[in-house]
Amino acid sequence: MNIHEYQAKQLFADAGVAVPFGTVAQNEQEFDQALSALPDGKPIVVKAQIHAGGRGKGTFKDGYQGGVHVVSDATVAKEKAKAMLGNVLVTKQTGEEGKEVSTVYFNEATDIEKEYYLAVLMDRATSQPVIIASTEGGVDIEEVAESAPEKILKVLIDPALGIRSYQARQIAFGLELSGDSFKQCVKLVTKLYNFFWSKDCSQVEVNPLVTTPAGDVLALDAKVNFDANALFRHPDVVELRDLTEEDPKEVEASKFDLNYIALDGNVACMVNGAGLAMATMDIIKHYGGSPANFLDVGGGANEEQVENAFRILVSDDTVKAILVNIFGGIMKCDVIATGIVNAARKLDMKVPLVVRLEGTNVAEGKQILADSGLALEPADSLAEAAEKIVKLAAEA
Amino acid sequence: MSVLVNKDTRLVVQGITGSAGSFHTSQCIEYGTNVVAGVTPGKGGQKFQDSVPVFDTVQDAVDKEGANVAAIYVPPPFAADSILEAIDSEIPLVIAITEGIPVKDMAEVKARLATSNTRLIGPNCPGIITPGECKIGIMPGYIHKPGKVGIVSRSGTLTYEAVWQITSAGHGQSTCIGIGGDPINGTSHLDAVKLFHEDPDTEAIILIGEIGGTAEEEAAEFIKDNVDKPCAAFIAGRTAPPGRRMGHAGAIVSGGKGTAEAKVEAMLDAGISVAETPSHIADALFKVWNP
Repeated sequence: MNIHEYQAKQLFADAGVAVPFGTVAQNEQEFDQALSALPDGKPIVVKAQIHAGGRGKGTFKDGYQGGVHVVSDATVAKEKAKAMLGNVLVTKQTGEEGKEVSTVYFNEATDIEKEYYLAVLMDRATSQPVIIASTEGGVDIEEVAESAPEKILKVLIDPALGIRSYQARQIAFGLELSGDSFKQCVKLVTKLYNFFWSKDCSQVEVNPLVTTPAGDVLALDAKVNFDANALFRHPDVVELRDLTEEDPKEVEASKFDLNYIALDGNVACMVNGAGLAMATMDIIKHYGGSPANFLDVGGGANEEQVENAFRILVSDDTVKAILVNIFGGIMKCDVIATGIVNAARKLDMKVPLVVRLEGTNVAEGKQILADSGLALEPADSLAEAAEKIVKLAAEA
Repeated sequence: MSVLVNKDTRLVVQGITGSAGSFHTSQCIEYGTNVVAGVTPGKGGQKFQDSVPVFDTVQDAVDKEGANVAAIYVPPPFAADSILEAIDSEIPLVIAITEGIPVKDMAEVKARLATSNTRLIGPNCPGIITPGECKIGIMPGYIHKPGKVGIVSRSGTLTYEAVWQITSAGHGQSTCIGIGGDPINGTSHLDAVKLFHEDPDTEAIILIGEIGGTAEEEAAEFIKDNVDKPCAAFIAGRTAPPGRRMGHAGAIVSGGKGTAEAKVEAMLDAGISVAETPSHIADALFKVWNP
């Protein structure tokens, strides 16, 4: 689960990780109050809040340039914020549809001495948290990893021991800090790791981390992702979820425990099991089609879930055909077939449907489909199903 | 004719009285699995289906019934605790079916596993089956057939697809191991391949992988250097968009790492026959294996 930068910085501040002071506004009436809390006469950073990176270099749908501006005073800050609110920002991470800005974040501008990179994430290869730091901050860290891997410092943390002082020092020494900056960095790294661990984050990224001419160390940006599996023990984090940032079809699917991800093709699919669902997308592509979604209905889907899954699939106007691929194990094919027939009748489905059933009670399932009188095409193998659906989508 | 589990397996089921645990335990007993005990704290002294004794602790199941494999159907918030209990009871093989365990919990479990003699399979997996002898998990038993093909996979239904293709072609499986779709798991592709490599009754190996991580590449490297048995593979997720988790928590391409292309390339480089589609997994194996 993702959150906004302003939410992440609030969590940082609560955890004792130094951040610049900031306030938010969600409409023009809130501008004055938000800006009055900032120190007088100092430059202000105005930042559009969306769940995507590349905001500074982004462009709004009406042509307005940049989702991040540094301005000299509150009057200009208001103008910038007004131009951003309600406007749709397109960045390299949002796709061409962009994302609507419903919150602007005002930050006290920080004098920057030097920019660094700092992150904590779970390292799959070692099954341990890892702190990653670099003297090359404020740039794309993946590019640094490519071009100058020696500038990337990694410190693995034993999950049972937690972060030790020498490890935090390793990071601060690695960033070539000294004096008060060194001490502040050790403290910040320790607090950041403890935040990552206690809140079940999957990733915490600070890019850039900065030093100021006065020697202070601050997190100038904040990106935080949470492990969805652990949200049950963090109700405070769940409250930060912003549903307007997510695809409405994905939000709807999550209400019924369906695992749905929207894609840009026109062949929809409904599958049981995540691996088979991915493989079904792949085989659609293999036969020349383009998948409209990933949809895993899970191992024990019932009739209601099948119906809701269809409803979500047909709500997408770009869908030209639907492929159902079920390998019935626990889930019996006759139950699925009944669910499909009922859903197709109830929703009055117009798009062509190819159904491939295999596994438990497959003969009964196929019989139910055949007796339904519905215009759906059965298929015996996944390859046959994929070939048929791609042809039907092309004709539609 | 198998690895890890067989007719001598003495299974204890943790979470046996829960809805998933009781349903799947019944199915496993019906298949012929030797279920010797169940564990549900607070329900010690009861009997499951009038025959299987239920204990309060895993240690009791070990002491009184000689349990040597544990299956875990405990809900996600408590599943890591159950795995740790099985490790502390020195159960040599633990199979965690539970989906949705927090990654942090698994990092702690993994650290504990490193200093123990326990092997973990899963979590978030269909389980393990040695056809005709022992089924532990949620896979449909009847699609399997005793035979010579070892299968290791991160996915449930995609494994059934491969199993069914082999069975339909008249052949069978030595053991099928579902290692699960989580980013931190116990047994890896590489571990499973090593087991099949050393098993005299496994003649051929199928690896089913998916995007995310580098476990498939590590297995491919081992096969390249060590394994003479015919191997086939399928990698799911060629069309998955980067940065999105495709159902499985571990199935994500991030920072250009864990792509299907890189995995397929590693497989081909190791001389593994790679299936172009999930419908052709058995065909890919028969290209290199003449049973």
